[in-house]
Amino acid sequence: MMLMFNLYGIPQEKDQNLIETTCRNTPNYQLCISTLSANPGSINTDVTGLGLIMVDAVKTKAKETSNAIKKLKGSQPELRNALSDCAGRYNAILEADVPEAVEALIKGDPKFAEDGMADSSLEAVVCEESFKQVTSPLTVLNNAVRDLSDVARAIIRILL
Amino acid sequence: MATYLSKTPAYDLEDATYYSPIPDQPPATSAPAGHRRSKKLLASILFSSFFLLSLILLFIKHQPESAVSQTKFNGTNQEKSSTSKPISPATRTPPPSRGVSQGVSEKAFRLAGSENVSYSWTKTMLSWQRTSYHFQPEDNWMNDPNGPLYYKGWYHLFYQYNPDSAVWGTISWGHAVSKDLIHWFYLPFAMVPDQWYDISGVWTGSATFLPDGRIVMLYTGDTVDIVQVQCLAYPANLSDPLLLDWVKYSGNPVLFPPPGIGVKDFRDPTTAWLSPDGDKWRFTIGSKVNKTGISLVYETADFKSYDMLDGYLHEVPGTGMWECVDFYPVSTKEVNGLDTSVNGPGIKHVLKASLDDDKNDYYALGTYDQFENKWVPDDPELDVGIGLRYDYGKYYASKTFYDQNKQRRILWGWVRETDSEYDDLLKGWASVQSIPRTVVFDQKTGSNLLQWPVIEVEELRSKSVEFDNVKLGPGSISPLKVGSPSQMDIVASFEIDKDAFEGTVEANSSYSCPTSGGAANRGKLGPFGIIVFADETLSEGTPIYFYVAKGANGKAETHFCADELRSSEAPDVYKVVYGSKVPIIDGEKYSLRSLVDHSIVESFAQGGRTVITSRIYPTKAINGAARVFLFNNATGVSVTASVKIWNMGSADIRHFPFNQS
Repeated sequence: MMLMFNLYGIPQEKDQNLIETTCRNTPNYQLCISTLSANPGSINTDVTGLGLIMVDAVKTKAKETSNAIKKLKGSQPELRNALSDCAGRYNAILEADVPEAVEALIKGDPKFAEDGMADSSLEAVVCEESFKQVTSPLTVLNNAVRDLSDVARAIIRILL
Repeated sequence: MATYLSKTPAYDLEDATYYSPIPDQPPATSAPAGHRRSKKLLASILFSSFFLLSLILLFIKHQPESAVSQTKFNGTNQEKSSTSKPISPATRTPPPSRGVSQGVSEKAFRLAGSENVSYSWTKTMLSWQRTSYHFQPEDNWMNDPNGPLYYKGWYHLFYQYNPDSAVWGTISWGHAVSKDLIHWFYLPFAMVPDQWYDISGVWTGSATFLPDGRIVMLYTGDTVDIVQVQCLAYPANLSDPLLLDWVKYSGNPVLFPPPGIGVKDFRDPTTAWLSPDGDKWRFTIGSKVNKTGISLVYETADFKSYDMLDGYLHEVPGTGMWECVDFYPVSTKEVNGLDTSVNGPGIKHVLKASLDDDKNDYYALGTYDQFENKWVPDDPELDVGIGLRYDYGKYYASKTFYDQNKQRRILWGWVRETDSEYDDLLKGWASVQSIPRTVVFDQKTGSNLLQWPVIEVEELRSKSVEFDNVKLGPGSISPLKVGSPSQMDIVASFEIDKDAFEGTVEANSSYSCPTSGGAANRGKLGPFGIIVFADETLSEGTPIYFYVAKGANGKAETHFCADELRSSEAPDVYKVVYGSKVPIIDGEKYSLRSLVDHSIVESFAQGGRTVITSRIYPTKAINGAARVFLFNNATGVSVTASVKIWNMGSADIRHFPFNQS
């Protein structure tokens, strides 16, 4: 019965414990739990695997934000400077931070993965800051990227 | 395959569509009022007084701002647990930095809420950042220095290098040579990841000289299965002084992770030293067991097959993974360096580790019992990982070698960027090496090392200016006219007025550079020092200073700090205060030396007892707009300063001129 449950992706007690223990070491327990639980790969994996799942969540959300930036550029010219800055920063997240984090986690030098996620968080924050005197159209997305990055970073630090 | 393997282009600033085109000049600051030709003298006197006063006020009042737009960041429900550490920049508490002092690692950026202008880097600002006399490749990413050695007239430096991007990844061994540790020539890669045992990365390693003149290089390979193994390589041709080609031993890897050691916790072998009988070699390599950092020792006769010795060379609980372990003797009586195999009376051994957890290099002095194969610290309170650091700034993965040419122990250290990845991609490069430092035992204190830039760096000195006995009253600042404010060698000494010093007592003697709030926070006996990379209005500036704290018991404790809190108006660079205590021997003046080279400043207090490496990325205080000041922000004492500043030339680092002879 237990084996069947495992095959069907229902978390066993020890898997659930790892996810819970890991998430308790992050600054956003709920976000950590919900993100990891949404990915069936979070069962039967180790902390490195959970880190990779979270980095992938950052990547997905960053892509979504990057697409939103492209759409906005045409429609709101008064935001052009900030959007240009943001586009560059999200490019850094997608082309540098995320690949660096993935490679470092896979290859076993996690401190570089931590650097990647720390920078990813920073880029999202700075992007948000670049909307001075105007309301940012990206707040929800920037916050999400920041929060996911912070959780990813915390998971990675467990490995150090 | 994964996108990171393809070359990430160095973004051309003019072409990048996402980049806001900004004129090359930094934005003009508002000019101070009152400059009319006819009243020029009066105006300038008024201006100077106003300037001095406003600077003092600026120093007092300015605090890095707490979140200007904090409301934008409410919304995430930050559920904190008892085990989580606050690391999100969004929480944005005002100073102090929660970075270094609490072991939270780098990139805990704090954003000074900048003005109403959307900020962007210009080409001028970014290209200014490239150093002029520090070793760095032409582009892309570098990290640990590897296998430094001196051979047949050339100093060799190898280094971790990513040919594809300005971030870490796909690591190869870069290679460069120099006659003088300053003027470097780029050579082709020494090693690339081309074997199953290092296909995932040719990682850090060290060189050992054998008595017959052969060189062996031990390095860590990351295998196709992501296991960290140790490998042997050697020069293809020992008659080639450039050591261009390297051969990987056909029997690699020579070491797999031993039982009980994680396959991802086994890297960075050291230079080997002779065993007590002189017939075998030993090296050490860092690892961890749970959160205890450890150093394993292996013994070999031929560098091909090894025995792991029982027990650890040393271990320290709670320090985590020990990377880039280094282990070497220093003389307690002589100032020359020692070959790694030397042992005996009048000698201490330094054990050093780079801590994965907090990204700092720690060392400790102690005694090595080669028969027991145990190293014991002189002071367990200052053990490896919990005591002294080589450098209280941005400095990691350091490695020494014995320079048999001039009988020196020389230290290399990797200095990474502290700006954002966005900036690194724009400028197309990341990381520099520190200027090599000699390392000697401090005979005056007996409890620390002294580091000092190799004397060859002084060849770059040209014109100098000197300011002697500049009296700085409490809360004063004095501009210094210098020729090349981006490339300087500054030597300065300070004296506090003796009577005032004796008479001063301060209740608060628990100063700490990282939590101090920097040079703006005044005490009775400090801060005083220099400010580099300041602009006219001091909206940007990097103070490097002493702060003397004197408790009720009359005992003075001196701190040496580098304050980056206002080093730049850019919102995405690291701004903290680095530093530590520095021992002052009776009768010594407060002395500092700073090697200033664009975005890197290496500062040495008391002849190298405490060292701080800073990365600085100003937006205004660059090129001709950069200013240097002496300052004394103490409330209770005057300070007398003497300074000598040399212009520093370029090291002209370039490709080896193979076509010429």
